[in-house]
Amino acid sequence: MGEARKEPGRAAAARQAGFETRAIHAGQRPDPYTGARAVPIFQTTSYVFEDTATAAAYFNLQEYGNTYSRIMNPTVAVFEERVASLEGGAGAVAFASGLAAQSAALFTILQPGDHVVSSSALYGGTVTQLNHLSRKLSFELTFIDPDDLDAWRGAVRKNTKVFFAETIGNPGGNVLDIEAVAKIAHEHELPLMIDSTFATPYLCRPIEWGADIVTHSATKFIGGHGTSIGGVAVEAGTFNWSNGRFPVVADPSPAYHGLAFHETFGVYGYLMKLRAESLRDLGGALSPFNAFLFLQGLETLPLRMRRHVENALAIARYLETRPEVTGVRHPGLPTSRYRPLVEKYLPLGAGSIFAFDLAGGRDAGVRFIEALSLWSHLANVGDAKSLVIHPASTTHRQLGEEALAAAGIGPGTIRLSVGLETVDDLIADLEAGLCAAGAAA
Amino acid sequence: MTPAAGDFACALPSPPGQGDAADTNPYQDTDAIRRILHTARTIAIVGLSPNELRASNFVGFYLQRHGYHVVPVNPREKVILGQKSYPSLADVPGPIDVVDVFRAPDAVPAIAREAIAAGAKALWLQYNVISPEGARIATEAGLDVVMDRCMKVEHARHLGRMHWLGFNTGRVTSRRETTI
Repeated sequence: MGEARKEPGRAAAARQAGFETRAIHAGQRPDPYTGARAVPIFQTTSYVFEDTATAAAYFNLQEYGNTYSRIMNPTVAVFEERVASLEGGAGAVAFASGLAAQSAALFTILQPGDHVVSSSALYGGTVTQLNHLSRKLSFELTFIDPDDLDAWRGAVRKNTKVFFAETIGNPGGNVLDIEAVAKIAHEHELPLMIDSTFATPYLCRPIEWGADIVTHSATKFIGGHGTSIGGVAVEAGTFNWSNGRFPVVADPSPAYHGLAFHETFGVYGYLMKLRAESLRDLGGALSPFNAFLFLQGLETLPLRMRRHVENALAIARYLETRPEVTGVRHPGLPTSRYRPLVEKYLPLGAGSIFAFDLAGGRDAGVRFIEALSLWSHLANVGDAKSLVIHPASTTHRQLGEEALAAAGIGPGTIRLSVGLETVDDLIADLEAGLCAAGAAA
Repeated sequence: MTPAAGDFACALPSPPGQGDAADTNPYQDTDAIRRILHTARTIAIVGLSPNELRASNFVGFYLQRHGYHVVPVNPREKVILGQKSYPSLADVPGPIDVVDVFRAPDAVPAIAREAIAAGAKALWLQYNVISPEGARIATEAGLDVVMDRCMKVEHARHLGRMHWLGFNTGRVTSRRETTI
């Protein structure tokens, strides 16, 4: 209680901390009890209340306090604030996975009968999620070509509530014109939600270009170690949820005695609702231990992303020179149609996940994969280890050629997630694969 | 006493509805905000609502919990948050350190003059209470002025537990703090 009257010491420096500094420090204050320099892992389900009045203040959202780790946890909170700081948002809420973050962020905005406009160039798991959610929760869904600005504009209906896209699409490497799409969304008083997993806040910060909600699968580059599943949703805090289109965000909440989240909490209204209602109800909370591991990852995010980008570009250039390769879909190559958008939105590099196409179709793809010994054949991306997958023989095995083509996948398409190994070793292994692929072609 | 951290500020988002005002708003100085939060004892809240669901009530409740003496200024009420409510600042007996305003911007210049007359040391204008004229009047009389910021949020950012809920406090510090 005496804290309010404690004299300030040295005046706070009005200095803007840089990205690298925030990647290491944002969200954490050294533990006041022990002085622990590392972020402690608060592996606890619940928290002892000081007294009944304080407990009531926590449950009424009148005071910032810990009640139950499904809703908040001090280790998870460090991770949340750090990502919010790196993305330039008002705050963040962490989830058990990237898909949990996406579904909760949408759940907060939508109700039955609403409409979502989404890019069609998405991670396959997201396409499946949106399709299933739209049927189960009775909202309408329109997939459009994200490169076509008129398609965004033309898809808006009276009941549209959100635009959704990825910074860097998959597997075509589409780069979103974030500023232009955000402008169209805002002209219609709609928020723009972006999955920026492939870019990370080091390479692109969509909020700076007008996006309102940014989600990540922290499983990927944020962790960088491939040990933990997790996700996070950041909100800019600048969207006017009280514009009349969003009764589920703005109207009084029966669960909190009629509290109107946006009116009462302003900048923090959506985030409070995302945490106190959506996370509470859907329950996909991030474990404190996983949050701790993600924090270890974030400390080196800038260094790792620079090397990821460098290795990926070197490999893309190498692949372009190979006769077994018919096309390389890396948006950072001078030949890419997305090059101007990369220069604008991804000046430090277009990430390290991209696809290329082998001559010789499915059989060549299978021979390529089986000849590799350093690249890991698995279904993940954004690891320190280099990863490879041949969608036509694995994730998209059930699809015929036509359905594959609709997903932007050819029979010989290979997707790479370039890691941090010695680039010459990676290229030597790819060369073995290409020789095997080409042998019978 | 532990010296307060020489915090590095991070970019903070602007509240909705004010466009570019935040970029040109000189009344969000971190030093002034911390000075007010550390030194204030009595805070008169003009426009404090008795409705527990209103933002002003959340702010008054929170500031009371954190040891400040909150004085309601609302002519329509007798008691708010357990404290006698006064019709105007002029009616408040005893010293006032901060006048915290939850009123429409056009009411602010008059409130600023009353705050000066009451001997207040600071004028604090909540989110979207944007009155350059009111701010100028108070500044010229030597008051600290904060505009378009929430006193609860700023307390929670600098002294409280805002970081427990994943909000971007904009603070970077390696100092060990004695309070939580």
